[in-house]
Amino acid sequence: MIPLSYFLILSAVLFVLGAVAFFVKRDLITMFMAVEVMLNAANLAFITFAKSASSIDGQIIVFFIVTVAAAEAAVGLAIILLIFRQKKTIKSEDINLMKG
Amino acid sequence: MTDIFWLIPFIPAMSTLILAIFGQKLPKKYISFQACFAVFASFIISVISLVGLLQTSHESYPLVKNLFSWIHAGSFKADLSFQLDPLSAVMALVVTGVGFLIHVYSVGYMANDKSYSRYFTYLNLFTFAMLILVMSSNVVLMFVGWEGVGLCSYLLIGFWFEKHSAANAGKKAFIVNRIGDAAFIIGIFFILIYVGSGEFTAINSAISGGAITQGVATLIAVLLFVGATGKSAQIPLYVWLPDAMEGPTPVSALIHAATMVTAGVYMVSRMNLLYTLSVDAAQVVAVVGAVTAIYAATMALTQNDIKRVLAYSTISQIGYMFIGCGVGAYAAGMFHLYTHAFFKSLLFLAAGSVMHALSGELDMRKMGGLRKYLPLTYPTFLIGAIAISGIPFLSGFFSKDAILTHAFASGQYFVWALGILGAVLTAFYMFRLIFLTFHGKERMTPEVKKHIHEPPPAMTVPLVILAFFSIVAGFIGLPVVFGKNLNWFGHFLEPVIKKSHEAHLTLGTEWLLIIISVAVALIGILIAYIFYIKKPQIPHSLVARFPFIYKLLYNKYYVDEIYNATFVNPTIKGSELIYDKFDLKVIDGAVNGTASSASFFGKILSYFQTGLIKDYALIFLLGAILFIAYLLF
Repeated sequence: MIPLSYFLILSAVLFVLGAVAFFVKRDLITMFMAVEVMLNAANLAFITFAKSASSIDGQIIVFFIVTVAAAEAAVGLAIILLIFRQKKTIKSEDINLMKG
Repeated sequence: MTDIFWLIPFIPAMSTLILAIFGQKLPKKYISFQACFAVFASFIISVISLVGLLQTSHESYPLVKNLFSWIHAGSFKADLSFQLDPLSAVMALVVTGVGFLIHVYSVGYMANDKSYSRYFTYLNLFTFAMLILVMSSNVVLMFVGWEGVGLCSYLLIGFWFEKHSAANAGKKAFIVNRIGDAAFIIGIFFILIYVGSGEFTAINSAISGGAITQGVATLIAVLLFVGATGKSAQIPLYVWLPDAMEGPTPVSALIHAATMVTAGVYMVSRMNLLYTLSVDAAQVVAVVGAVTAIYAATMALTQNDIKRVLAYSTISQIGYMFIGCGVGAYAAGMFHLYTHAFFKSLLFLAAGSVMHALSGELDMRKMGGLRKYLPLTYPTFLIGAIAISGIPFLSGFFSKDAILTHAFASGQYFVWALGILGAVLTAFYMFRLIFLTFHGKERMTPEVKKHIHEPPPAMTVPLVILAFFSIVAGFIGLPVVFGKNLNWFGHFLEPVIKKSHEAHLTLGTEWLLIIISVAVALIGILIAYIFYIKKPQIPHSLVARFPFIYKLLYNKYYVDEIYNATFVNPTIKGSELIYDKFDLKVIDGAVNGTASSASFFGKILSYFQTGLIKDYALIFLLGAILFIAYLLF
């Protein structure tokens, strides 16, 4: 039996990797992927706790997150596509339309 | 049958509403018909109500019709309720009767005005407001009417607002009236405090029950009377009335001669128990009335504008009404109000007819000899002048005589003497007006002369009717020398007006007083005849001999200038100063400061809004970490 902490450490490592990638990488697609990694890190933590507590709640939340992530990927990629069409770039530092 | 009297103000109100909304689109003929008919219908209902009132026993006076509760706040209560008693019946009859004739006259006079429907909307609105004023059963609703007629007066004086002088005259009337009305409303507040109710019946029972001390009564009575000096153009607030002649002439006749300006007299008569209780306040009323009567009459002596002479004459005659009220002869004051409504509106309408004939000329120096050109206007004007001068058996004689006799009987010899002196002046300036306008040399310019014509029947018929009433209206209030109990008018008002404890004069004294007042009227006319027909050089030599007095009178005692220097200009200067220093700096500074501080903080916050997604994510992450740290530790 693999101890509970291993899963949680893996989840934490994945989350930190995702966060770091989000800040380090410049193009939107990669940043988007980093977000997905962070989401799945959270999923892993949920599953872990669900298993250890013998509760189904965590698994249900994971299903929700996967579904939302799918929808979000569709919308997010569409937005990125449109931004590219408009501005001929997907570098995040070139996009500051909402500057106050 | 009498319970329909609430319709009297209601009908003109409906007519006003229709004219205000659809007036622009309706044909002129229909507008004239509706406006006149509304007032006529009110008149008919007033007559019916009067008949009903006469058949009702005195114990049930006043008849009250409560339409609905208007204000209910704690113990304070004001209803939209009307009352019918002899006093309000007389006023309603005068307002609707004379008002109807003036409406008809207006159809002819205003026929070619481009704002025809606006004119009749205002005129009907005025009738409505005036009827509210005279028929309300509590002081609060009376104040609504009081302000309503003030508003209509403003609107109608400034009816030709393109003319600068007319717009200014309207403003002047409105502002001067505000001063009086401020005192008036404070008086109403005191009534509400000390009586606890604004109903006239409650006020009267509070006074007769002794709930009001003499000091309080004096306070309230004087405050209300200050309001009356504004509305009824008495010293010191009379200055607006001469300027009000900028309005159309029928308006001057209706509002500034027959009805609105007499509202103060009505109010004092309505509150007669209050003024009877407070001897000091009554004395103030009598003295102000007497001084105004003679003061305004002297100003009328030198004016050359035909309407301004009549305006000063109106001020003077209202002074007589206040003499009547002040000496306790409220019925005599009301009687003079009633007869004055006929002959003064007749004089104004006849003056309007002269203006109409002379293409709008007002200056008497450019008239003269009109007698043969205006064969109908001349006799009617003459009847009005004879009536106001107090020549026996015309209406003005009876009412003026009633006032002066009562003044004498109550021992106010000073007031009586002023009244007699005023009567000489009245006769003089009225006949000066007649002689300058209708007799003597023709001083018109040739092109004006070509156009002289009698006005259309819509204007002449009201003149004839008013002339008829100017002659006969006095016969319902005959003095005691012609027999006991012939003063039907005074008898009719008795349920409202408590009999004063007057000292009875012997018949001989009464006769003497009548002879004196007739004699002075004749003397006034004789002087005018000598001055302006026989020896026209006398006035000029008098002017040359007493230039100071002439100048003083001609410039109306410089009162306008004094008021301008003491009140108007300091107010304007002060307002400009406050606008400059306080309004622009403090008020605007505070408002602009609020706005600019908001935009300053907004600018600081906008530094965080870079538009870059990574910055947001970083802040988001830091926030999440802080939040978790907070939860953990």
